Amino acid sequence: MELLVASAIGILTAGGIYLMLRLRTFPVILGISLLTYAVNVFLFASGRLSVGAPPILRDGVEVYTDPLPQALVLTAIVISFGMTAVVVMIALGAYLGSDDDHVDDAIDEPSTGTGDAT
Amino acid sequence: MSLFLIVALPFFGALLPGLMNSAGRQACAGITFTVSLAAFIGLLTNLPAVLAGDLVTARVDWIPSLGMNFTLMLDGLGFFFALLILGIGLLIIAYARSYLSRDDNMGEFFTYLLLFQGAMVGIVLSDNILLLLVFWELTSLSSFLLIGYWKHLPEGRQGARMALTVTGMGGLAMIGGMLILGQIAGSYDLSVILQNRELIQADPLYVPALLLILLGCFTKSAQFPFHFWLPHAMAAPTPVSAYLHSATMVKAGIFLMARMWPVLSGTPEWFVIVTTAGLITMVLGAIIALFKHDLKALLAFSTVSHLGLITMLLGTGTAFGAMAAMFHILNHATFKAALFMSAGIVDHETHTRDIRRLGGLRHLMPITFIIATLAALSMAGIPLLNGFLSKEMMLEEANHTVLFGAPWLVPALATFGSLFSAAYCFRLIGHTFLGPVRDDYPAKPHDPGAGMWLPPAILVVLVVMIGVAPFLAEPFVKMVTASVLGDTAEVPKAYFKIWHGLVPALFMSVIAVVGGLLMLAIFNPALRMWDTTPRPEAKTIFEALIAAIVALSQRFIHGLHNGAFTRYGAIMAVTVIVAGFYAWSTGTVGPASREMQPVTPVAFAGWVMLVAATIGMVFLHRNRLMSLILIGIAGLMVSVGFVYFSAPDLAMTQITVEVVTIILLLLALNFLPNHTPIESTAMRRTRDTAIALAGGLATMGMAWHFLVRDAIATPISEFHLANSYKGGGGTNVVNVILVDFRGFDTYGEIIVLGIAALLIYALTETLLSGPVRARLLNRKPDQPRAGDMHPTMMVVLTRVIMPVVLMVGFYIFLRGHNEPGGGFIAGLVVSIAVVMQYMASGFSWASARLRYPYHGVIGAGVLIAGLTGIGSWFVSKPFLTSDFTYVRIPPFEKFELATAALFDLGVFLAVVGAVMLSLESFSRLARRAHVPDTEHPMDIDPSRDDPPTTPAQEGV
Repeated sequence: MELLVASAIGILTAGGIYLMLRLRTFPVILGISLLTYAVNVFLFASGRLSVGAPPILRDGVEVYTDPLPQALVLTAIVISFGMTAVVVMIALGAYLGSDDDHVDDAIDEPSTGTGDAT
Repeated sequence: MSLFLIVALPFFGALLPGLMNSAGRQACAGITFTVSLAAFIGLLTNLPAVLAGDLVTARVDWIPSLGMNFTLMLDGLGFFFALLILGIGLLIIAYARSYLSRDDNMGEFFTYLLLFQGAMVGIVLSDNILLLLVFWELTSLSSFLLIGYWKHLPEGRQGARMALTVTGMGGLAMIGGMLILGQIAGSYDLSVILQNRELIQADPLYVPALLLILLGCFTKSAQFPFHFWLPHAMAAPTPVSAYLHSATMVKAGIFLMARMWPVLSGTPEWFVIVTTAGLITMVLGAIIALFKHDLKALLAFSTVSHLGLITMLLGTGTAFGAMAAMFHILNHATFKAALFMSAGIVDHETHTRDIRRLGGLRHLMPITFIIATLAALSMAGIPLLNGFLSKEMMLEEANHTVLFGAPWLVPALATFGSLFSAAYCFRLIGHTFLGPVRDDYPAKPHDPGAGMWLPPAILVVLVVMIGVAPFLAEPFVKMVTASVLGDTAEVPKAYFKIWHGLVPALFMSVIAVVGGLLMLAIFNPALRMWDTTPRPEAKTIFEALIAAIVALSQRFIHGLHNGAFTRYGAIMAVTVIVAGFYAWSTGTVGPASREMQPVTPVAFAGWVMLVAATIGMVFLHRNRLMSLILIGIAGLMVSVGFVYFSAPDLAMTQITVEVVTIILLLLALNFLPNHTPIESTAMRRTRDTAIALAGGLATMGMAWHFLVRDAIATPISEFHLANSYKGGGGTNVVNVILVDFRGFDTYGEIIVLGIAALLIYALTETLLSGPVRARLLNRKPDQPRAGDMHPTMMVVLTRVIMPVVLMVGFYIFLRGHNEPGGGFIAGLVVSIAVVMQYMASGFSWASARLRYPYHGVIGAGVLIAGLTGIGSWFVSKPFLTSDFTYVRIPPFEKFELATAALFDLGVFLAVVGAVMLSLESFSRLARRAHVPDTEHPMDIDPSRDDPPTTPAQEGV
């Protein structure tokens, strides 16, 4: 089970980084969202995995999972929504203003060009 | 008066001139003068104690752990400099009142001046070297403002920048030197450091400390090779030049050398460096000064030269040298300030400072002539004026100084420098005031009002008084010298007198004066020779140096930071991976301590879906709608995973956030192209894949590492679990952590969320008020719109379901403290309910029924949460302390009332407001895009129908 979660985090991260390095705004935003999932799950997993032990206090129950990472991740999820919304707004504004949804500035000096723009 | 007050008065007083600006120039100058006068009188009240040889101190511990304390002390040396700073400051303020024109903002000027004055007084009264450094940097900053006061002049701006660069650089070096010194002595208190001469000079770090401190002093006091900034700082208004560059700022370096004299001087390093730098500066400055045509430039270089003279005297390391230096500081401050002010008068009256266009002013401006001539003659070293006395002492000292094993070197150079010094003084008098009256002055010159000539006149009275009756100044100078010397040497017995007999110094003096007159006689051929000699121009070198540094850093920065976001992303990803790998490889790893849990089919199925969705996104991301569906699957699987691993709160949050995020992205996709073209090269994609795989493997490795090991220490969650019910009154520990244990975090987070929403709102407003608006209005949707904009089924369903959803939200909110739920989740659920109304019934319909603006909802949420926190102050508890109690109202069961619930209400409102404001902003863009958005839901799009029917009323 641990391997499943670890590999899921890894795959989400890899996919997130790859999409984050794309040239247009929309894939970049999706990549950042994937990275957000990865980071949230990672933070959550730092409390270790337990099945069937939610941190809701019950009489007679002794084993609970670690509640602190959950509390931290909960706010992180909400905040990341806010951040995504801001980034989407900026991307949208840039696109509507210039009819161009590239994330890179136009490069002035051909000598430092990365050769990636067609 | 307390020393604190003396230092603080100018700083606090600096607020006044700006405020008094509207009350008129007289009031503005008057209040500045009053502030300075108060500090001056305060200083004088300490005179008896200083004369009695007491050390006046004042102390407040500031950061004792760093050895940084607000300690002030007043001894002879500090008193002397403070007297110069405040005394000449008073004259300058009076002078500036008349000098500044009506176009100059007087309040601004006097504010800067007082700031500078306070910083200077701070330097000379500091007993803590760290405090001294703070004031030292403050003088650099405030002098920058003063030099660049005439912002419209490019020379002013450039001069100010150069002065700040050079003195700021020196200040940085000095911080290093002072820290070393403090480390050696074991204390940052000057009074302690000054007692540890042997310890410091024996330390191997003495030389680095000395070099760094001298770098600071030399840059501040314009010693060779840092002398070049001072003449360029002359672009400042003349009162500034007279104040900063005669009496105060440039003397700060000298002051520090004198202050540190007991611990730093007397070693060969000190002697060679300081004496040599002083000698070179003195000779060089004097030669250049002679050939300057600008009155202020001439005076600037003469100041450089005289500062060199004083530095050289301090460098000799003898008690007599120190005494001569102190005496010359006094004399130089008096005659040089007077000369600067006279130059300002000439400039003010004739509208030129070019000596070649002047001459004959003796007849037109007799008062100025007398003042300037007496001051200049004193500078030239003519008997019966104070300059003569200290110059004699300097020559006497030079006569006994042997540098580099050559006994003739110092006396010869000193005489040579004095010769040029005399020559430029004579030129100043001869070419400005003597000679025939000309008829081509740019303005008709006459003597100014008393406001302008009185301040320099007062100084000239001092010049003559000390010159004629040196015994008047003798006790004071000896007292100052005594505090410079400390315990290291006896104050010299020598008397200050005009006639010492036929000593070598007298002959050297005669040579200098006669030579100076001869030099003036052959001035024109000498000038031609000077003009033809090639010489390095300091400003050009400085600017080339700065340009080179800028070019270098630009090359470095542009390599990393060229505006390509993808490059930053790649650099950051690689850096994080490398840094993580380094940390990993240098750390220690314990063995795996946790048992792995068995894989269940359900979990495996979820994993497969998550992985398939992620990989699908990577391959299908060019189809944007498809990738949006896939990311929805990924998010759903993440929330399922949260449920599976005992995190019901997280799962509820994740799934609700997922819904609003997808709606948001759909709204955005409405405007963006729905397809991403292939642009990157195959190599580029390979590179990105490599980075992505490395990053994925790294995080997977780290997550795996965590998951198979127990925490190395007991997590603080043990405390939360134990106290959640007892202390927080709730059984849902996650919620209790959010609203109670870490309530302050949550408070910050809802504020951030609110700010993000407001930012989105502001960006929308900007877009809609700019040129984008027209484009949006004329935009043709790239896909056909649906025929029924508001499908009847959906409208009916959402309206019916609305009360149910609201009730669910309310229920989730209420039970949050004990069961999964709470303000965050309830807020998101309610937001979704409202968003559904927008989607189904249309923007106009929904916003027409909106009773409370979302800004207000956010504000109310933050306010309620904040007030709940403040409420605990009323029972003398810290911010956000919670309390709860159980009440029973029959026939209901016993239930709990907690202040945390009130806080959670704030969270709830803030979340609703923020989510709704963001989504509403997005849909406002969309609304403008296709104009026919009717007031009525359940309608049909009229543009699809051929007959233009009037808006139907059937829907309400």
